[in-house]
Amino acid sequence: MPEQLIVAGGLLIDPASGIESIRDILLEDGRVAAVAAGLARKPAFKGVPVIDAKGKWVLPGLVDMHVHLREPGREGDETIETGAKAAARGGVTTVLAMANTEPVTDSPAQLAFLRAKAKSDAAITVLFAGAVTLGLKGEKLTEFAKLKAAGAAALSDDGRPVMNAGLLRRALEYAKDLGLLVIDHCEDLNLSNGACVHEGPAALRKGLKGTPWAAETVQVMRDIALAELTGARLHIAHVSVASSVAAIRTAKKNGIRISAEAAPHHFALQAKDIPGYDANWKMNPPLRADKDRQALLAGLADGTIDAIATDHAPHGCAAKSLGMDAAPFGVIGLETSLALALTDLFHKKILTRRKLVDRMSAGPARLLGLKQKGTLAPGADADLVVVDPDAVWTPEPPYFSKSRNTPFTGRKLKGRALTTLSAGRVVHAL
Amino acid sequence: MAPREWERKDLLGLEGLSASEIESLLDLAASFKVAPPTDLLKGRTVAFIFTEPSTRTRSSFEMAAKRLGADVLSFSPVGSSLSKGETLLDTFLNLQAVGVTHFVVRHERSGVLENLAPLLKASVINAGDGWHEHPTQALLDLLTLRERWGSFKGRKIVILGDIRHSRVARSNLFALKKLGAKVVFCGPTPLCPDDFASLGAIIEHDVEKALKGADAVNVLRLQIERMEQGFVPSLADYALTYQLTPERADLMKAEALVMHPGPINRGVELASEVADGPRSVILEQVANGVLARMAVLASCEEGRSLA
Repeated sequence: MPEQLIVAGGLLIDPASGIESIRDILLEDGRVAAVAAGLARKPAFKGVPVIDAKGKWVLPGLVDMHVHLREPGREGDETIETGAKAAARGGVTTVLAMANTEPVTDSPAQLAFLRAKAKSDAAITVLFAGAVTLGLKGEKLTEFAKLKAAGAAALSDDGRPVMNAGLLRRALEYAKDLGLLVIDHCEDLNLSNGACVHEGPAALRKGLKGTPWAAETVQVMRDIALAELTGARLHIAHVSVASSVAAIRTAKKNGIRISAEAAPHHFALQAKDIPGYDANWKMNPPLRADKDRQALLAGLADGTIDAIATDHAPHGCAAKSLGMDAAPFGVIGLETSLALALTDLFHKKILTRRKLVDRMSAGPARLLGLKQKGTLAPGADADLVVVDPDAVWTPEPPYFSKSRNTPFTGRKLKGRALTTLSAGRVVHAL
Repeated sequence: MAPREWERKDLLGLEGLSASEIESLLDLAASFKVAPPTDLLKGRTVAFIFTEPSTRTRSSFEMAAKRLGADVLSFSPVGSSLSKGETLLDTFLNLQAVGVTHFVVRHERSGVLENLAPLLKASVINAGDGWHEHPTQALLDLLTLRERWGSFKGRKIVILGDIRHSRVARSNLFALKKLGAKVVFCGPTPLCPDDFASLGAIIEHDVEKALKGADAVNVLRLQIERMEQGFVPSLADYALTYQLTPERADLMKAEALVMHPGPINRGVELASEVADGPRSVILEQVANGVLARMAVLASCEEGRSLA
């Protein structure tokens, strides 16, 4: 007997198939078997369990192409298991975990360990990025072909930029032949120079070291030139400033194969919102000025920014209590990204629901070459999320994540995931 | 004894204070000059937690605490539990349990006290946090100026030098603006970014223009690290353009005052003739520091007992 389930009566929003109407979806053995109106009432499917999605949205499971799961090395802050649970709670069914673990994901053996761990521990699909350089040191390339053979889904030194332009050029060329996407964290370390917040009036008032917008844009422009030079695909992580958005927009118009993501905290918050020295508001790149936030909204709307990615970065309370200056960078985001996109993008009419699904699911799946993800067309993986776009709720700890470092605690949000399915099985239900 | 406007147990900075709260601290300090108190802090224990070196601030605070009758607990982070990985909060909680009623803290990280102070029953007094605030230094600067002027209304005060890294500049700006003075920040752009205008300062990179018609100048120390970090090419190059020389000092009003929070780099930011000249009130500042700190300790003691 095949394992079957019908999600019935919901508004299916699947931009990849061009569908935005009421449909029943038959899931069978982890795949989408059929999409049609009134499937649940057909005699052939009598007895098949039904999830009633009437009055709700049904979306392909969200794809978050930028998370940190801390395993191995810092299992006290997060594990593959808890990170996956947090993702499922937020409607996310595929994540790309970055390589800055301890040890760094820079060898086939490390990837094999991680993939085995994900298979046994994670309720959702956890993919892994391999490092671009050994130990993220920016000195010597990792073995891309071996990493690919071991299952690396992309390459990134995230957390650190590849500062050496000559090295990044060779990485892009080599990755291009292998069909691997290179993701770069754009930050000129000489300009950011150990800063903890955005350079501007708030930093001056508080006596904190700020990083200028140019620290990001200098590297974005360099990366655009290298993408043009090599013809390779290059993805810019967590774009945060207006000048970067403008540069990426122009590059895309000129046919350069560049893509970009933005994080919910950057489109929902700005530097002057930070209360005092609360390190739950500290991340890299930092919260920027309002004009930067506005540019991100415009970039998400016109497709300059292809994906919404959280940069989910768990840190324990003790580390975050060190204050703005000394605490580590990063905030968690998996449990709130969909709600923030609905609250700040859909309900504020920045994105249509179809575009929202594109930026959170179809878009990143396309960038990562995941043909079975980001759509609910027949044959696709049975990863989906039932969403109440109007449910009002307030994030409060404890979270499903092991950590609680988020600026969104206590913030009223509108919209959330009700039920999340991964490979045809319920992995989260409210 | 302490003024009625004051209900705080802590002094973390001057930005959040009202003009009348600042005036009340200055009034109390001035009254101590006329009639020194003896036992306002009898039976209390003041602990000094300094993670950065300090000579004058620390000795001034110790003198202030002793004059008020307090016991003093010295504490050096080297060899203490702070260097063994204990969190700052745990250190404070333990010392509070030992019986400390007042913490006087200098720390290299901006804003480090803002999260700690609400978690403690003891008073917390900021003796300088990173680049953020140095409220008692600004209070003693204001006390020195007010003795001469009576009021700050319409006065022009130039703060000259490394503004970016200066907690003294920030505390002075916040307080002087509240009391009606005009504050000009002057220095080379790397050390005096134009964004400071958003805090209410007038930015002037030309030292002659800045000093013209000023009532006082507060000259900041230029640390040798700023040269190593590339903010200025060399101390000598800085001095050529920004040193307060006798000629530049004479661009101010005839009776204008010269201040410096110390320690002075003679021949770098300040010419010796000016430091030792008739305009200089630098040693008055130091003497007033004890009074200002007595006023802060006494006021926070009263605020703490109200809580």
